[in-house]
Amino acid sequence: MNLFCEIPTPSRRALLATTGGLFAWAYLPKFARAADSRDPRLVVIVLRGALDGLSAVAPVGDPDYVGLHGPLALSLTGNTPAIPLDSFFALNPAMPVFARLYGAGQGAVVHAVATPYRERSHFDGQDVLESGFPGPGHVASGWLNRAISALPRGARVATRGGLGVGPTTPLVMRGSAPVLGWSPQTLPQPTEDLASRVLDLYRHRDPVLGEALLQGLAADKIAAGDMDNTPRGGFASAAGMRQAAQGAARLIAVDDGPRVAALAFDGWDTHANEGGATGRLAQLLGGLDGAFEEFERVLGSRWNDTAILVATEFGRTARINGTTGTDHGTGTVAFLAGGAIKGGRVIADWPGLKPDQLYENRDLAPTTDLRAVVKGVLADHLGLGGTVLANSVFPDSLDIKPMAGLIV
Amino acid sequence: MLPGALMATDIHAGFIALNRFGLGSRRDGDLAAAAADPRGFLRAELAKPGVALLEGENLPHTPVLLRSLYDQNERNRVARLSNEMAEAARAEVGPMPIALSMTEAGEAGAPAAMPPEKPKEPPKPPLQQQVFRTETIARLQRVISARPGFVERLVAFWTNHFCVSAVKGPFVRISAGAFERDAIRPYVLGRFRDMLQAVESHPAMLFYLDNQFSIGPNSTVGQRIGRGLNENLAREILELHTLGVNGGYSQADVTALARIITGWTFAGRVSQLGEPGTFVFNANAHEPGSQTVLGRPYDQEDVGKGRAALADIAKHPATAQHIAYKFARHFVADEPPPVLVERLAQTFRESDGDLKALALALLDAPEAWSAPATKIRNPQEFLYAAGRIVGRMPDDPGQFLGALNILGMPLWSAAGPNGYPDSVAAWANPEGMKVRLEICVRIADRWRDALNPLDLLDEIAGAAASPETRQAIARAESKQQGLALLLMSPEVQRR
Repeated sequence: MNLFCEIPTPSRRALLATTGGLFAWAYLPKFARAADSRDPRLVVIVLRGALDGLSAVAPVGDPDYVGLHGPLALSLTGNTPAIPLDSFFALNPAMPVFARLYGAGQGAVVHAVATPYRERSHFDGQDVLESGFPGPGHVASGWLNRAISALPRGARVATRGGLGVGPTTPLVMRGSAPVLGWSPQTLPQPTEDLASRVLDLYRHRDPVLGEALLQGLAADKIAAGDMDNTPRGGFASAAGMRQAAQGAARLIAVDDGPRVAALAFDGWDTHANEGGATGRLAQLLGGLDGAFEEFERVLGSRWNDTAILVATEFGRTARINGTTGTDHGTGTVAFLAGGAIKGGRVIADWPGLKPDQLYENRDLAPTTDLRAVVKGVLADHLGLGGTVLANSVFPDSLDIKPMAGLIV
Repeated sequence: MLPGALMATDIHAGFIALNRFGLGSRRDGDLAAAAADPRGFLRAELAKPGVALLEGENLPHTPVLLRSLYDQNERNRVARLSNEMAEAARAEVGPMPIALSMTEAGEAGAPAAMPPEKPKEPPKPPLQQQVFRTETIARLQRVISARPGFVERLVAFWTNHFCVSAVKGPFVRISAGAFERDAIRPYVLGRFRDMLQAVESHPAMLFYLDNQFSIGPNSTVGQRIGRGLNENLAREILELHTLGVNGGYSQADVTALARIITGWTFAGRVSQLGEPGTFVFNANAHEPGSQTVLGRPYDQEDVGKGRAALADIAKHPATAQHIAYKFARHFVADEPPPVLVERLAQTFRESDGDLKALALALLDAPEAWSAPATKIRNPQEFLYAAGRIVGRMPDDPGQFLGALNILGMPLWSAAGPNGYPDSVAAWANPEGMKVRLEICVRIADRWRDALNPLDLLDEIAGAAASPETRQAIARAESKQQGLALLLMSPEVQRR
C-alpha cells in the first residue's frame, strides 16, 4: 500500500522543465540593486558537537602536544603525515583542498579561539555561538540574521536575505530578516494549482505556515539544478556535507539569490575512538573539505568575492580521555576560506600546552574571542560598522574589536 | 448523540482534546465522543490498565535482542577470520585461478555480451534493521488503534526527553524500541524516579552516552589499564534528564556523579558479571570513596550509591521545574503560561513525581485548553494524524520511516542527546512545509477518489473547522486535491 511516499523518488527535473515562474524568485520581493561593484557572498558553517581543534590543526611544534594528545596526535612523518602550514602548525591530512586554498592565499586558520561561553554544555555552547549573545538563553535570533537586518536597506546582501540549509534553519540564521530554507532530500513536487490553493488558504488562516511554504517551494527550484538528488545520509556524513554545500552554492550563485548562507554539520562530538590522521574525525574533516571544494567549483568566478567561516561551539580536552577520545573543552580552531580571504596564515596568540597554561588544567586556553573574527569578516566583507556590530549583532561586546585584515 | 446536536463550544473542546492532547481525530465517532466530555474522554484512557504497555511475541525484551546482536557480530567475526585465512592460503599458492581472471577481463571488456545471470536473492538486512522495522510496525498499529492517543503522546514526550539515538550504531538501533518498551512505557503513568532509574541503567542509554567506557581512575580496572572517566552520561543526566541546564549544578557535581556511576554497564556476550545484555554493576571499575553531589555525600560502595544519588536528583525542585516547563511547552505553547508551569511543577513536587498526576494536572488546567493552537505538529505527530484521518498507516514501514527522514525527524535517531526540537520555529520552516505538501500529495494520490474530503472534515473537525478551510476543500478540483488540502489545513497541521 502506498499510503505515504516511496523514497527516494525520481528527481523533480521533469517537473521543473514544464512549470512556469509562479514560485520563482520573481515571487519574492524585489529590491533595487546596490550601486557598488563588489558582490560579496558569505557562508557560515557551524560544526555541531565541538571540534577538536588540536586534531584539525595540530601544534606539532609544541613540545607538549604529543604527550597530551597521545595516540590521536598528528605527526609530520608516518603513513599519513599531517600537512605543514608553517613551522609550528600542521593540517589534518584529510583536508587536501583546504591545504591547496591555504597555499593559494585563500585559506586561513584562527587557533586558540573560543566564544565567550566557558561552560561545557553543547546546547548552551551552540546557543552562544549562534545567537551572538555573551551568554546562553537567547534563542530567538542569530547573529548572522541580525547582521543582514543591520545592513542598509537596498544593499544587495540585505535585499536577498539569507539561506538556511537543512530540515531546520540553524539558529545563527534565524530572525527577522527573510530566510530561505532548503535541504537536499526531496520528493517530486505538487502541482502549482494545488500549491497556490494551499497558499491561499494559509494567507487567510495561517500566514506563518504560508510564508514558510512559499519560500520552501521557491528555493527548491534553484537548488536542484542538474544535481543528483539522492539522499546522501544527512549532515553527519562526508557525502551529506558535500551535497549540502553543492545545493547551497547553487542557491547563492544565482544572481537574484541570497548572498549569505548558513549550514550546520553534525557529528563532531568525539568522546570515543576519535582517530587522528585517519578515523572518525578525519572522515568528518574530509566532508568539510569536500564542502569547500563544492563551493569553490559551483561559485566559479563568484568565488573571488566569497568568504566562508567555519566555527564550532567549543573545543575539546587537550588530554585524551579513557576511551581514546576527547571530552568537552574550550579553545579550538576556526577556518576561513574563499577568494575574499587574506589567507595563507595561521592566526594565533599561542597559549602553550603546559599544565598551568591549559584552561582549568584541561583545555586549550582561548586567547582570541571568536566574535572578533566574525566582526572582522562582517566589517570588511559586508561593510557593517563597529557600533552596529557591538550592539545589535553581538550585544554587549563593545570591548571586542573587529580583527582587521582578514578580507582581501 | 449526533455531532450537530452538540454545542459548538463542546465541539471545540473535543477538537482540542483529540488534537492538542491526543493523536488526532479518526473517522469513527471520536469527535462526538470527545465533544460529549472532553476531559473525561482523555481521563478514561489514562484509567485503562496497562494502556501504555506494548507487548507482542515478536517484541522481545532488551537482553534477548542484545544477545542476538552479539551472536550476529560473532558470526560475522568468524566469517571474516575464515575469509582472511582463505585469502592468505591463496596468496601462498600463487597466481589467481584462471577462471577468476577471465571473469574479471570479461566484465571490464564487454559486460553486455555476458549471458544474463539469474537474479540473486538479495542479502538479508542486518538484524538491527529487521528489528527496527518490526518495532516500527508495532508503533504504526498502536497509533491507529489508540483512542484518543494521549498516552502515546506521553510515551513520545518521555522517549524524546530521555533520548537515545540509533545514529550511534547497531547497538542502539537494535535496542531503541525495546528501550522505549522496557524503560519508558511502564512508567509514563508511574513515578518519575522509577523511570529515571530504569532509563539510566538501560543498556541503550549506557551505550549511547558511553558509560560502559567510564572507568574510575582509582578502581581496580582503572589502576590496571590506566583509563579514566567519561563524563558524558553524568552530564546529560543533570543537564537534560533532571535539573536542566540552569538547575544550579557545577562541573564538580558532574564529575562527582560521573564517578558515582562508574561501573554502571551491561554484560557483553561472554560475561562473568551477569546475563549477557542485562544491566550489571562492575565493582572493579567503580571509583571507590565518598562523593558529594549538590551538597549531599554518597558513601555506598555498590550500585546503591548511584541509585541513591538518582533518587535525590529526581526529587530536586529544579527537576520539577525543568520537567514542568518542558511538559507545558510540548502540549500547550512554545512559551507556556507561567501559571501553568508553576501548577505543574507544584503537582510534580507534591506528588513525589507522580507522572499520572502530572498528566491529570495538565488536563485540569484551564490554560491548557484556552491557549490558541499555536503549536505545529512535529513530523511524527503529523504523519500519525494523517494516517488516522485516512484510517490507515502504511503497511510498509519503510515508507513511514523514509517520510520521517526527509521531514527531518528520523525515528529514534535525533542528532544529539537533547532529542528533537520542540518549537514552532524548528518545524514550520520552508523546507519542512514544502516536504509536508509533497507527502500530502502522495497520500492523496494513494486514496484518489476513495475518500470524500468534505465528509472527512466533518468527521474530524465538524464545527471546529474554519469557513476558509471548508470552502477551500469544497472548491477543490477533485477529491484527491481536496484531501491534500485537508491534510495541509491548519486544522490538521496545528494543535
